[in-house]
Amino acid sequence: MSAQLQRGSTLHGWLTTAEPASQWQASLGDSYVRALFLLRNPLAMCGLVIVLGLLAVAAFAPAIATQDPNAQDLASRLLAPSAAHWFGTDEFGRDMFSRVVYGSRVTLLTITCVVTIIGPFGLVVGVVAGYLGGWADTLLMRMTDIFLALPRLILALALVAALKPGIQNAIIAIILTSWSPYARVARAEAITLRGSEFIDAARLSGASAARIIFSHILPLCVPSVIVRGTLDMAGVILIAAGLGFLGMGAQPPAPEWGTMIAQGRVFILEQWWVATMPGLAICVVSLGFNLLGDGLRDVLDPKNR
Amino acid sequence: MNPYDMSARNLLEVDDLRVRFHTPQGVVNAVRGIGFTVGREKVGIVGESGSGKTLTGRSVLRILPHHAEMTAARLRFDGIDLLRASSQAMQRVRGRRISMVMQDPKFSLNPTMTAGRQIAETAILHEKLSKSIARDKVLSMLESVRIRDPRRVFDAYPHELSGGMGQRVMIAMMLITEPDLLIADEPTSALDVAVQNQVLEIIDELVSRRHMGLLFISHDLNLVGSFCDRVLVMYGGQIVETLAGDRLQQASHPYTRGLLAAMPRVDRPSAVLPVLRRDPAWLSLQRPDAGAR
Amino acid sequence: MIELDALSVSFRGGRAAGDVHAVRDVSLRIAAGESYGIVGESGSGKSTVLRALSGLNRNWRGVMKIDGVPQLPVRPRAFHKSVQMVFQDPYGSLHPRHTVHRILAEPAAIHKLDGIDRRVERVLQSVGLPAAFRYRFPHQLSGGQRQRVAIARALILEPRVLLLDEPTSALDVSVQAEILNLLTALRAELNLTYLLVSHNLAVVAHMCDRIAVMQSGKFIEEMPVAQLRAGHSVEPYTTELLRAAQGYAPTTMEAVT
Repeated sequence: MSAQLQRGSTLHGWLTTAEPASQWQASLGDSYVRALFLLRNPLAMCGLVIVLGLLAVAAFAPAIATQDPNAQDLASRLLAPSAAHWFGTDEFGRDMFSRVVYGSRVTLLTITCVVTIIGPFGLVVGVVAGYLGGWADTLLMRMTDIFLALPRLILALALVAALKPGIQNAIIAIILTSWSPYARVARAEAITLRGSEFIDAARLSGASAARIIFSHILPLCVPSVIVRGTLDMAGVILIAAGLGFLGMGAQPPAPEWGTMIAQGRVFILEQWWVATMPGLAICVVSLGFNLLGDGLRDVLDPKNR
Repeated sequence: MNPYDMSARNLLEVDDLRVRFHTPQGVVNAVRGIGFTVGREKVGIVGESGSGKTLTGRSVLRILPHHAEMTAARLRFDGIDLLRASSQAMQRVRGRRISMVMQDPKFSLNPTMTAGRQIAETAILHEKLSKSIARDKVLSMLESVRIRDPRRVFDAYPHELSGGMGQRVMIAMMLITEPDLLIADEPTSALDVAVQNQVLEIIDELVSRRHMGLLFISHDLNLVGSFCDRVLVMYGGQIVETLAGDRLQQASHPYTRGLLAAMPRVDRPSAVLPVLRRDPAWLSLQRPDAGAR
Repeated sequence: MIELDALSVSFRGGRAAGDVHAVRDVSLRIAAGESYGIVGESGSGKSTVLRALSGLNRNWRGVMKIDGVPQLPVRPRAFHKSVQMVFQDPYGSLHPRHTVHRILAEPAAIHKLDGIDRRVERVLQSVGLPAAFRYRFPHQLSGGQRQRVAIARALILEPRVLLLDEPTSALDVSVQAEILNLLTALRAELNLTYLLVSHNLAVVAHMCDRIAVMQSGKFIEEMPVAQLRAGHSVEPYTTELLRAAQGYAPTTMEAVT
């Protein structure tokens, strides 16, 4: 890796040149330099490895899992971890390792759905409210406040009472209750930025409010939303697990880490692996996102340039 | 011949001071082997941004950022070796024997404490005075920085004070312990021109009345020349010229002359300002590295 | 070219302060091609005059005419093609995530001008920046270079009037000389009208034909630069500014509140 990063290499040189010849080269080069900065942070690298690990495990679950996660074998129920079953078996004789591996897919699905919706939505709401101020701000922020006031678990319970329990409704509940802080964060940034001289200059160029919001302010608010997002991931995973624990999320027999903990808690004292293995998986993935988020904050914070 | 006068009358003696930063791109030599002395006189350090003047001032008090590396052959204050002093010893020096006034009182005064309390805190900390004695001392100090209503200012918060007033409070805070040396880093740059003169007068009066030494750091060549007894011109981390304040116009180094010529002047019209041509030779080390790392 | 009659700008004050009258009853006449300076301390209102003229500040009353055309607080987009502004802070007036090219091309794109690439190249050349800097980000430029980009951005729409808000106050003396020379050359070459605002008397005296001294929102005195250089000021405040421009001079002692 370091050999490729030597100054002599053409690609590195092209990306770090002081005189980029096109917009494309300049933008790529800038992202490259920031990525290098991130690579120098060992904790962030750990976080990145864990997150990439999650992606890999979810993508290649059929290849990694040793057995069918739903195959029951009552003769082998509640076996301790061994060479045959790396994480032991649960009360139905299903291989814990395979269940944890397949559970990563549900986790990944949850995170992806939640983040791809709440991030951009909260960002746009916040930036528009922050820049425009006045009645737009009041309207949008009161809407945000309403959703902020809803407690996640209660709302989820209410939703599943109205609809049927399942991972989709759990995701909807999480989305509805998690987007507000992003709007707040984006709004705070937008308010700080709107008094900047470069925004004044944009106004003097004749830029419309839409252009200023989307071309000038929004890109500068993205880093804090990204950082907030990665740090929030741990929370989302835990909420989903909590919902699963309460029976509101993924329904058995689907392997979802929270549901698995719920089912395993009866055996926690004697067959600790049934609840602990998925619990460890949650811990590791949450930690990974936290470390990555911290590292990203250092990289994306313009003050560190 | 030793060009640096190391007589015992000097308060501060600096020799071969170097400050380096270790960055991923390599080593940045911000201050490259400068030496000077400050007696009970007003010495000015003038330079543009990046010349190393602020780092020099901070090096004396050893309050550099922690990724900065400072070395010197000699850094003595009134017989105390500042290089080898322990952190307790440095704490006894800072604020008590050597004080520092910085540029913007908005940023150097604690916004949550009244002015009087902040000044009193300094006095109590260093001299272990009781609160009432400290209060009297603060009030008389506020009078000596020419504040007409010391009691009102005593109870005021920093945001309630104007820039000039805030800077006076800062000076009072830094001089209440009667230090021997004052380091002032751009103390008037954030102030209006009309107030600048007043604040400088206060500094002038206090420094001369108490026989203190003053190290005045600024980018304003004219101001330093008119205020200080001696001027050190810094460029690229080195001192390129030393001259008396009133002989500024007779500067001989091309950088100083270039700076003087590049400044627009009210009394001297010119269609085009002579632009400073930077000679790379100015950056070459005046004192070659002996035993460089 | 620029006419102001009884311009007044107020801000709503906080708490019990009431309205802040940042600018009070300011009148001036600037001919086309002239360079006019306003000198004053921070808080004197000089920047507010510029902001009102540029259209950034809409809370003003009075008469404002640009090239004979009376202006309203809200300006049409075409207005910005004739009046542009250069800001004080070279670090704050450029978008930190836009390349130089994007910063310069944007005004041209907004006004749907043709041949944007050619215009960007030309304007970079006229401010003395090498074409190689075209795709750099602001943090890869020095203070003087950033200010050149700010000037280039102001020029790309080919305005007739340039409002300059302390254009060199944040720059070192040596860089200041280069920027002032550039501004002088540009004004001659493009026949621009300048309104320059600064707290630095020497800079204003160097750049301008006529100067107004501003204090607490009002014009105290107005004079041609020759008169200022000769030191013939009527108002004591002006005299004080002139004296202060010489450097430090101890006066008689007096206490202040």
